[in-house]
Amino acid sequence: MSHATAMPVKSSGLDGMLIGLICILGAFWSLMAAARGVDPQMVAHGWLMLGGFIIGLVLVVNAYSANGRVEEAGLYHDNVIKAGAIATIFWAIIGLSVGVIIALQLAFPNELYFSEAGFLNFGRLRPVHTSAVVFAFGGNALIATSFYVVQRTSRARLAGGLWPWFVFWGYQFFIIIAASGYVMGVTQAQEYAEPEWYADIWLTIVWVAYLLVFLGTLWKRKEPHIYVANWFYLAFIVTIAVLHLVNNLSIPVDPFGSFSYRVFSGVQNALTQWWYGHNAVGFFLTAGFLGIMYYFIPKRVNRPIYSYRLSIVHFWTLIFIYIWAGPHHLHYTALPEWAQTLGMTFSIMLWMPSWGGMINGLMTLSGAWDKLRTDPVVRMLVVSVAFYGMSTFEGPLMSIRSVNALSHYTDWTIGHVHSGALGWVGMISFGAIYCMVPWLWKKKGMWSRALIEWHFWLATLGILLYIAAMWPSGITQGLMWRAYNDLGFLEYSFIETVEAMHPYYIIRAGGGLLFLSGAIVMAFNMYKTITGDVSETEDVVTPQPRAIPAE
Amino acid sequence: MSEKHIDQETGTETTGHEWDGIRELDNPLPRWWLWIFYACIAWSVVYWVLMPAWPAPPGMQGFTEGVIGNSERVNVAEDMNALQSSRSDHFAQLQAAGSYDAIEADPALFRFALAAGQSNFANFCATCHGAGAQGFTGYPNLNDDVWLWGGSFDDIRTTLQYGIRSDHAETRYSQMPAFGADGLLSREEIRNVRDYVLSLSGGTGFDAAALNAGAEIFASQCVSCHGDQGQGDRTQGAPNLTDAIWLYGGSPEQVENTIWRGPFGVMPAWEGRLNDPTITALATYVYSLGGGEAETAPEGAAGE
Repeated sequence: MSHATAMPVKSSGLDGMLIGLICILGAFWSLMAAARGVDPQMVAHGWLMLGGFIIGLVLVVNAYSANGRVEEAGLYHDNVIKAGAIATIFWAIIGLSVGVIIALQLAFPNELYFSEAGFLNFGRLRPVHTSAVVFAFGGNALIATSFYVVQRTSRARLAGGLWPWFVFWGYQFFIIIAASGYVMGVTQAQEYAEPEWYADIWLTIVWVAYLLVFLGTLWKRKEPHIYVANWFYLAFIVTIAVLHLVNNLSIPVDPFGSFSYRVFSGVQNALTQWWYGHNAVGFFLTAGFLGIMYYFIPKRVNRPIYSYRLSIVHFWTLIFIYIWAGPHHLHYTALPEWAQTLGMTFSIMLWMPSWGGMINGLMTLSGAWDKLRTDPVVRMLVVSVAFYGMSTFEGPLMSIRSVNALSHYTDWTIGHVHSGALGWVGMISFGAIYCMVPWLWKKKGMWSRALIEWHFWLATLGILLYIAAMWPSGITQGLMWRAYNDLGFLEYSFIETVEAMHPYYIIRAGGGLLFLSGAIVMAFNMYKTITGDVSETEDVVTPQPRAIPAE
Repeated sequence: MSEKHIDQETGTETTGHEWDGIRELDNPLPRWWLWIFYACIAWSVVYWVLMPAWPAPPGMQGFTEGVIGNSERVNVAEDMNALQSSRSDHFAQLQAAGSYDAIEADPALFRFALAAGQSNFANFCATCHGAGAQGFTGYPNLNDDVWLWGGSFDDIRTTLQYGIRSDHAETRYSQMPAFGADGLLSREEIRNVRDYVLSLSGGTGFDAAALNAGAEIFASQCVSCHGDQGQGDRTQGAPNLTDAIWLYGGSPEQVENTIWRGPFGVMPAWEGRLNDPTITALATYVYSLGGGEAETAPEGAAGE
C-alpha cells in the first residue's frame, strides 16, 4: 500500500470490520486453546495462532489508519499478486528442499535417521514435503495466477477490498499451522488431508473468501463471456471446497484438543479418502493448472487458442468423469469389485478429456513454433504440457487393474506423481511466474534470459533423472514382490527388495537436487528483476496495458 | 455471436471473442481425439456388461454381477486352494519325516523343504537374523558352527518350536544376572572379570593383578553356567567364552556392558503361528546353512 500511485478508496469498511471480527474471535479461541489446551501440541498451536490473529488485527487496523484506506491506482489490484508470486517461489524452495532431504533419508537410512529428534525423520517430514509442494507452492501459484487472470480476462478489479489480502495471508497462515502440526505429530493420518480439525475449519473460511472474491470479480466483468481459464479456476475452487469439507468431517475429542475422530471408518473412509485424494489431483493439480495454461500460453506466444469447441467439450467431460475415478486407488482391497470397476473404466474414459487440454495447449503454438528455439519460457510451458500429456496417459494405464497389480504400492506411482508434479505443475508454474513478474513489476523482461535457460535445463534434467530412476525402481520392486519359484514360494524377502532400490534412490535424490537448484536460480533471477534495472535484458516480454482502450 | 474475425496466420475463423488480447480459433474437435474418446466409452460399456460394475437399482439386490460372472474374491480363494493342494503331499511328507536324514534322502522332498524354509526364513526370521542368516549384535549368526542351545536338527527344531525366553510353557530358558545393574559386583570387579574373560579367547596385555582378581570372581560367579574353563553349557544356553565369537560384541566396552546388564535375548515361539511341517522345513533350511551338527553331538562340549 506504500505504492507511489496509491489512491483513496470509497468503501463501507465492512470488509475490514468482518476480517477484524474474524481475527478477534480467532484470537479469543486461540487464547483459550493456549491456556486450556488438553495436549502440548494444542497449547503450542494456541500460542502460534494467537500471534497470527493479533498480527492480522494489527494489519487490518493499519490499513485504515491513514485517514481511510488507500489502494494502488489503476484498473487492477496487483499488489496481492506480487505477494503471491514471491510466496510461490518461497514455498517452492522450502517444499523441494524437504523433498531432497527425505529422498536422501530413503537413500541413506542409517546415516540420516535421528533417534533423538523424531520430528526430523521421514514420517514427520513426508507430509511437510507433500503439503509444501502441493498446497503451499501449487496453491499460491493458483491463487496468484487466478487473481491475475480473472482481472485481465474480465477487465475488472478484484472484488472484495481487503478480502484478497485476507485470502493470501489466511492461506499462508493455514500452511504454517499445518506444517508446524506435522512436525509435532498433529495429523489426521489421511494422505494430503493431514491437517487437524481446527486447521481445516480455518482453511474453509479462507476458501469461502477465495470463492467469493473470484465470483465477485467475475460478476463485475466488462467482457460479455467468461474466458475458459476462469471456468477451470472456478471448477478448481468449487470442487476443492466440496472435497475438503467431506473428507475432513470429524469430531474433535475436546474443543481445545488437537485430536479428532473421523466420521467415516473402514472401507467407507478409504473410499472417501481416495475420492478426495484423486480429485485433489484432478481439480487442484489438473483443472487449476489448466487455467494457468489457458491464459499464459496464448499470451506468451501471442496466438489464439487452437479450438474453442475442444475447450468446451474437454472441460465438461473432464470435470464430469474425473470425480468418479478415485476407486482406482483401491484395487484389490476390501472395496467391492463393482466400485473398482467403475473407478477403472472412468479413468480410461478420462484419457481423451485430459488430452484435450494438451492438444489445445500444444496446437496454440501453431504459427509460433519458432519461439521454442528462442524463448526458454515458451519451452518451459511446452515441456510442461508434454509432461501433462504423458502423465495423463500413464494415469489411465496404471488404473487398469492388471497393470495396477504390478504398479500399486511401488515407486512407479512415485515416478508417475512426480512426472506430473515436477513436469506439469512445476514447469507451468515457473513459466507463468516468468511471464508475470515483468508484467507486475513493470519491467522490460526478466533480468537474465541465460538464467531462465539454466533453470529450464536443470529442471528438465532433474525430472528426467527422477522418473528414469523411479520407473525401473518401481517395476523392479513390483516384479520382485510377485516373484515365485517353481514350488510357489516367494523368491525374495522384503528386505532384499529394499536393498535393490538403493542405487535408484541415490539417482532420485540427485534429480531432486537439480530441480531444487533450478528453483533457486529462478529465485535469484526474480530478485534481480524486481530490484534491479532490466533495460538490457534479452527476455523482452509483450508489455501489458494498464488500461484497456474502449472498443 | 460477435463479429467474424479471421486469424491471419492460419486462415481460420475465430469465435469473435477476445479477452485481454486472447482469441479462440473455431477449429472442430480433432477427429482422432473424438474417435478415441468414443472407443474408450464403448470399451467401458463392454467392460460393465462383462464385469461386476454398477450398484443395483432400487428394489434389486447387490450389484450388476456381469455376464461372465467374474469375482476377484472367488479367484483368489481358488488360487489359494490350488496352491495349498499342490503342496499338500510335500507338507504331509514333511510332517511324517522325523529326521534330517529322512528328508535329505528324498531329493524332491529335500528341495521342497529348503524352498519352504528359505521363503519362511525370509518372511519371519530375516528381521533379526538377517537376510543371509548372518546375524547382528544380539542375534546369532546361523551360518557358523557355534550354537548356544545345540546345533542338531532336533535342537534347532525345538528352538524354533518353543522359542528362547518366550511366553511358551516349554520355552528354552535361562537368565544371566545383571551383575552391575543389580549391584552384585562393583564396577572394578566387573572390569577385572571382563579382562579375565577376554583373556580366555587369547586376549593379552592385561594387568596380572586384575586377571587374578577376575579369575577369582569368575570361579565364584560364572563357572556354574559358563563352565570352569569358560567352555559354556548348551543345556542352559550359556555361550562358550573361549571361541572369540561374541553374541553381544567382543570389544572391552561391549563385554563389560554385557556383564553389567545381563542380556536377556528373546526369540519367539513359532508353534501355533507356523504349522508343524513349516517348522520342520525351517529347521531343515537352518540346519543346511553350514553349521548343522550330527544328532550325537556331546552335550555341553566346547564348539571346536
